[in-house]
Amino acid sequence: MAAPLALVLVVAVTVRAALFRSSLAEFISERVEVVSPLSSWKRVVEGLSLLDLGVSPYSGAVFHETPLIIYLFHFLIDYAELVFMITDALTAIALYFAIQDFNKVVFKKQKLLLELDQYAPDVAELIRTPMEMRYIPLKVALLQCFPQCYFSCLSDIPVSVPPYLVCPRTPLSPPAAVHTCENEEQGLLDLFLGVCHDVCGKPSGNRLPLLLPSQLLGFHPRSLWLYCWVSPDFKLSCAVKEGLSVPDLTPNIGLFWYFFAEMFEHFSLFFVCVFQINVFFYTIPLAIKLKEHPIFFMFIQIAIIAIFKSYPTVGDVALYMAFFPVWNHLYRFLRNIFVLTCIIIVCSLLFPVLWHLWIYAGSANSNFFYAITLTFNVGQILLISDYFYAFLRREYYLTHGLYLTAKDGTEAMLVLK
Amino acid sequence: MAAAMPLALLVLLLLGRRGWCLAEPPRDSLREELVITPLPSGDVAATFQFRTRWDSELQREGDTDHYFLRYAVLPREVVCTENLTPWKKLLPCSSKAGLSVLLKADRLFHTSYHSQAVHIRPVCRNARCTSISWELRQTLSVVFDAFITGQGKKDWSLFRMFSRTLTEPCPLASESRVYVDITNYNQDNETLEVNPPPTTTYQDVILGTRKIYAIYDLLDTAMINNSRNLNIQLKWKRPPENEAPPVPFLHAQRYVSGYGLQKGELSTLLYNTHPYRAFPVLLLDTVPWYLRLYVHTLTITSKGKENKPSYIHYQPAQDRLQPHLLEMLIQLPANSVTKVSIQFERALLKWTEYTPDPNHGFYVSPSVLSALVPSVVAAKPVDWEESPLFNSLFPVSDGSNYFVRLYTEPLLVNLPTPDFSMPYNVICLTCTVVAVCYGSFYNLLTRTFHIEEPRTGGLAKRLANLIRRARGVPPL
Repeated sequence: MAAPLALVLVVAVTVRAALFRSSLAEFISERVEVVSPLSSWKRVVEGLSLLDLGVSPYSGAVFHETPLIIYLFHFLIDYAELVFMITDALTAIALYFAIQDFNKVVFKKQKLLLELDQYAPDVAELIRTPMEMRYIPLKVALLQCFPQCYFSCLSDIPVSVPPYLVCPRTPLSPPAAVHTCENEEQGLLDLFLGVCHDVCGKPSGNRLPLLLPSQLLGFHPRSLWLYCWVSPDFKLSCAVKEGLSVPDLTPNIGLFWYFFAEMFEHFSLFFVCVFQINVFFYTIPLAIKLKEHPIFFMFIQIAIIAIFKSYPTVGDVALYMAFFPVWNHLYRFLRNIFVLTCIIIVCSLLFPVLWHLWIYAGSANSNFFYAITLTFNVGQILLISDYFYAFLRREYYLTHGLYLTAKDGTEAMLVLK
Repeated sequence: MAAAMPLALLVLLLLGRRGWCLAEPPRDSLREELVITPLPSGDVAATFQFRTRWDSELQREGDTDHYFLRYAVLPREVVCTENLTPWKKLLPCSSKAGLSVLLKADRLFHTSYHSQAVHIRPVCRNARCTSISWELRQTLSVVFDAFITGQGKKDWSLFRMFSRTLTEPCPLASESRVYVDITNYNQDNETLEVNPPPTTTYQDVILGTRKIYAIYDLLDTAMINNSRNLNIQLKWKRPPENEAPPVPFLHAQRYVSGYGLQKGELSTLLYNTHPYRAFPVLLLDTVPWYLRLYVHTLTITSKGKENKPSYIHYQPAQDRLQPHLLEMLIQLPANSVTKVSIQFERALLKWTEYTPDPNHGFYVSPSVLSALVPSVVAAKPVDWEESPLFNSLFPVSDGSNYFVRLYTEPLLVNLPTPDFSMPYNVICLTCTVVAVCYGSFYNLLTRTFHIEEPRTGGLAKRLANLIRRARGVPPL
């Protein structure tokens, strides 16, 4: 499988290089759907030039990255494009191998359960075969390389850069997490998740997705001390408070910018807390429900974070969408996939149109862009819950049989009760 | 007797140190001036200056600590009578006597340019600066425009400008004078005639050019005795030549470029029109926080080449707390235009932070340019006591240059606005979306799949079957 992967990588790198050189690069790097105040490359450059002027980058409200990004890009500023392309390629490779390992584990588990007679007798068509799973890793790598990741590669610190540094900023460590969930290899974990990762002892596969929400905030509990040591100006307030208290109201594809622009000041703390809770409080119930399926749990968690975080971008959306080929077998149980795909595609097309109408043409107002934001997020939410439903349904069928009959012999209807 | 002693001591103590220690009574002095400058276009510029100085007993401890310096600016204030009235009240003679009788709001605001200023500063009384006086300097500048007043003729008099004439000097003033700029028209009385003819003239180098002023001293009894009032008249014998006014050596312009409500570029053009001398300029910019400046996009070009500033101080803004502060020392090459530009992004504010008319835009305060401009003509250093007040407005330390402080125009920028009628709707809709997510996940997490048993008769079905049996139709 090395050749197709290499081909995919070469094409991806070529397309990215072409995009970097073209005039599209500057246009895309300023789009609000693609950059957010927390992850904009322009702001990193600004932080570095503030450092050159002798001013602390954290004394203003423009720069919100972690200090290690400053130190890294201080040396690599001229090769930034290369760094982004390389990290994207490495992410694709890592995902490829991670999913390959995952497939092996799935197959092994399936075989074990078959032998233990855990499955109902007539579920033969639900059993996954190595043949159909053969191309999944490649598809995942493909999806990771290609769609909206282009844009995020051009314009912001790609969601893949942080795992290869010591400052995981975004909720990505699927390559590492997938590896460690299934293989329980501490060495890989340390390599991928950073110097100060707080995993001691044998990581259990289920604990890791629980750590993802803290990855969202851009730090891991133990790595705080490293940040403070590295840069005395780094205050917790800079990165964490920015993410939590949402002072910057730049429009993005998320739900909350307009909400915080329009809410009554008296309730601001209340609403900030309520909305930030949304990111975190699905973790424990999902962990309880999906304790045997950590990878699916991680997928759902990443998707929820991408929807509810303070400053989402298309990079975060592309992140969880890269995992769709892994759940190809759920396709027959998805109920609304057509409508939801249409919603997402149409909204993606309408985002730039309505932004232009509001900001440049002046013939629309902010409500238009806000409406598309709402629709897009509803589409995402329903898509994720659809996948969740399909997954649970397949599990039910596996244990209870595919062709179920009701008591009176007719075909059974399954309901959630 | 014995009781009177402690009583006397008590009285002395109550009087305080003042009655006990101070040998001389505190001095204060008022100087007032009016400078009238006829412009080549036929307009007239009038500048009032009032300087009040009084002694103070406060000791000044050392130099001003720069940590206590603050710079604040309000970019837009429509000046009206409400500003003039308290300003006038600071004058010792208010508007009863002296030059301040001319300060009438209805005439002063009927002009094409109006500017008021108040400056307060401590002044050392001796070389070691152990005792200080406080100086309050008030200036008011107006430019009268023939077209605004509606009368086409360009003959001016104090009465026509201010609808008042000068009657008596302020009794508290130690100096009360009117200066009329007759530089270009001194030699021949054929262009401009000044009535009553001046008795004395004053010559000096102001802003690098030699100027001659006719003096009318209100404290001179001969001046007022002729008529009970003084109404200086300027008559144009023939129209002034349409010569372009001399371009100052340093002037500046500022504008915002770009389109759309997302970003823009702030550009300042600095003109150095001196033919052969280059000089440095200190540029101070205060930009509000909601225009997020990107200092890595700061470019300074002179004559097409990049010009690196000798000194940059940048203090970035903090949201809703403090504005950007950018201070640079730029060398302006001779006879050149220097362009300083910086890009910014426009922030979306909370709906309560907008002004009542949000689509009007937000004002950006002017940038301040301070420079020592070389002068063509050597001037003598200013004598703070003897020279007229308007001379010390642009002080000269050595003869070769004079200090000038310029303000560029304030700017108006638009910010993207949310829809102000929407708070309730936004709350409802966003919470609905969040509830959709919560509901879906709650269902999937707390419920499990069951096979649905066909319901064997609810009440409605049994009733329907009853009716069907009555009709002879097969039951449901």
